[in-house]
Amino acid sequence: MKRLIFLAPIAFFGLLIAAFAAGLGRDPTKLPSTLIDKPLPSFDLPAVRPGDAGLKSSDGAGQPHLLNVFASWCVSCRVEHPVLLQLKAQGVPIDGLDWKDEPTDGAKYLVDQGDPYRLAGNDRTGRAGIDLGVAGVPETFVVDSRGRVRYKVIGPISPEEWAGAIKPLMERLRAQG
Amino acid sequence: MTAEIGQFALILALVLSAVQALAPLAGAWRSDPMLMAVGRSAALLQLLFVGVAFVSLAACYVQNDFSVALVAQHSNLSQPLIYRIGATWGSHEGSMLLWVLILAIYGAAVAIFGGSLRDTLQARVLAVQGMVGAAFLGFLLFTSNPFTRLFPSPPDGAELNPVLQDPGLVFHPPVLYMGYVGLSMAFSFGVAALIEGRVDVGWARWVRPWVLTAWLFLTVGITMGSLWAYYTLGWGGWWFWDPVENASLMPWLLATALLHSSLVLERRGALVSWTILLAILAFSLSLVGTFLVRSGVLTSVHAFALDARRGVYILGIIAVMTGTSLALFAWRAPSLKTGSLFAPLSREYAITVNNLFLLAATATVFLGTFYPVFMDVLHGDKISVGPPYYRMTFVPIFMLLFLLVSFGPMLNWKRDEMSRLLARVRWPAALAGGVLIASAIVFGVGHIVSILALALGAWLIAGAALVLARRWRLGELSLADSMDLARATPLAVIGLVVAHAGLGITTIGIASVSAWQTNKVLSMSPGQSVKLGGNTITMMAVQPIVGPNYEANQARFEVAGPFGVRTLVSERRLFPASQTTTTDAGINWGFFGNIYISVADPNPDGGLTVRMWNHPFVDWIWAGGLLMAFGGAVSLADRSLRVAKVERRVVKPRASGPRGVGPPIAEPPIPEPGVASAEAAAS
Repeated sequence: MKRLIFLAPIAFFGLLIAAFAAGLGRDPTKLPSTLIDKPLPSFDLPAVRPGDAGLKSSDGAGQPHLLNVFASWCVSCRVEHPVLLQLKAQGVPIDGLDWKDEPTDGAKYLVDQGDPYRLAGNDRTGRAGIDLGVAGVPETFVVDSRGRVRYKVIGPISPEEWAGAIKPLMERLRAQG
Repeated sequence: MTAEIGQFALILALVLSAVQALAPLAGAWRSDPMLMAVGRSAALLQLLFVGVAFVSLAACYVQNDFSVALVAQHSNLSQPLIYRIGATWGSHEGSMLLWVLILAIYGAAVAIFGGSLRDTLQARVLAVQGMVGAAFLGFLLFTSNPFTRLFPSPPDGAELNPVLQDPGLVFHPPVLYMGYVGLSMAFSFGVAALIEGRVDVGWARWVRPWVLTAWLFLTVGITMGSLWAYYTLGWGGWWFWDPVENASLMPWLLATALLHSSLVLERRGALVSWTILLAILAFSLSLVGTFLVRSGVLTSVHAFALDARRGVYILGIIAVMTGTSLALFAWRAPSLKTGSLFAPLSREYAITVNNLFLLAATATVFLGTFYPVFMDVLHGDKISVGPPYYRMTFVPIFMLLFLLVSFGPMLNWKRDEMSRLLARVRWPAALAGGVLIASAIVFGVGHIVSILALALGAWLIAGAALVLARRWRLGELSLADSMDLARATPLAVIGLVVAHAGLGITTIGIASVSAWQTNKVLSMSPGQSVKLGGNTITMMAVQPIVGPNYEANQARFEVAGPFGVRTLVSERRLFPASQTTTTDAGINWGFFGNIYISVADPNPDGGLTVRMWNHPFVDWIWAGGLLMAFGGAVSLADRSLRVAKVERRVVKPRASGPRGVGPPIAEPPIPEPGVASAEAAAS
């Protein structure tokens, strides 16, 4: 009996290590968005590109598309940028939300790096970002044809994530109309 | 070249630590003094080479050698020298190098000062330290090499995270690491005792100063970290229950428990296995702290290296180290000699209860910190628990513990009587009751928890003062006789009194600021005034300024209060290299509380958004923390804690004995009550 008490610490510890080992394989940055299956919060943003129409939350309706949150000051966005340009070449509609950025900086960024966006709006104050629950840039939302958020990616979209998760989802959404 | 010297020194240190892990262990097993001596030399050489590596890295930073990847990531040409040096440990790799350096310092301390220990014990302690060192040097070299070169090297570097560019960075991590790593000493001694299969009073006397040292540094480190967060994060919070804060709090709680249980072990020879278990757990929790920050298992403001491979490695270290030592514990601890028994009402008993409360508090923090991990594994939910959880679990446990604290030093060792105990504490109890009633009348019962905490604070301080009053027999003897007794008070008793009183002061600070802080958020223009907490705050001017590596919008305020007029400066800083903004709050520090002002970006109407807080008695939180640490330092200075000379006499002959002599020869007995030391008899 006395021996058993001395065995308790190691037994308990074994369980803990098992839990940690299981937890280690998971990605803490995969936060579920509370917006999933809910309509995009409404916003009406001025243009990034001079002479452009800007970006309204209702703009994308009618067609599944991506809403990409970016900023000229964000390093990861520059990493993600070539992927976005490729997607544009494949005909994927992408809207851009330039988060906490000067419109002139955002415009210059699109001229320098290439412009993957169908529509682009400037969210200088970060207000729309708060409604969207943006924690950092880049983040990307998959929005369906009825304007509902269906999926959220935190951090740059990798080609693998595009091919493995987002593309099949977009195809399904397009098939549903 | 400098980087290569550092790299090479680290590799040599890894080899040496492997030697240190194996040679003395074999030496102790075969009673071979030569092999045991190898352990001591290896420990000293390891310190030398880790020191060389550390200095090399610091030199790379000072020279801004951007061909070293780490320097390019955390320094640039405009970064001030002090933060280039601080950046040495401001990154993941650098901070692990500091960790290993401190471990080597402690290892060398065993080699240098451990001459009075039984030779086999010293050898085994060094071996365990060597194993820890090898594990972490391997971690450093294989997963986080600080000396990796970058090619082509950039003309200028990035930047040390601006939040870290603060005098706090220069002191906070080294002090905290002294604490974390200091617990490795308790661990090594615990494991060595299990390998030896016996614990004696010499062991306890040796462990206690090291536990005290680690505890002292942890206390200062946590206090400084809290203070740093208070003035840099821009809204005056002083504790966030952030996973990494919890990671420092848990070892602190267990170190506090260990501090008290080792006292029982030293004085009374009791709680042997319990103390060893605490030593293992305390160091394991400091490893868990490292795991937390490095692995990305939990997201936290402190997590600066999200790298799963490192996490796996550290988890492996914890699994092997803690797992092995707990297995050893299960195997050997049941046969350890248990000390003298004690009655349910005695100082030993009070300390045991104290330990159970501290363990329960640690368990609640542990559960709160890792709840997200457990929930994710069990249900796939992402949940994290916040301050409400800790208010409901940690706070009640601690309040009960505080209730017990002032009873502890009033109790006699071995056995005592309840009626006498209650009679002894009547004055602190009356004072605490008075505070309770008075504050309930003044503040109403709305903040019942804070009111109770205020009373507990008074109880702790009065209880600490009573220890001295009883010792000096104030009121019983003439003043002159009391003065004589006062002069003869052992430093350890003073340390106890100061530490317990510090705890009371911290409690009062926490209670006050939690319940009675007030704040205002408004848009202000120069010339405007506002009233807050009995002060009139006027915005004087706003102007842009340029710092060494930042630009700032600086606002000046005049605070007119009951104690005169003070000028406060609050800044919003932009660091162009990383496009990060930080807040440099303007704080009017005061005995009765602080006025805390932080400014945000300008509004379109030309005004500036200003947040201001009145934090009553908030400084008491840190003052109490520093007092606790000071109490620890005073206690450490007490000569009675040093290793007694008598052991050297008794134990030395064994080392020169023939090889292969099995059973231990001379062994200082577990002391009888009253003979252990002057302090035990006196208190």
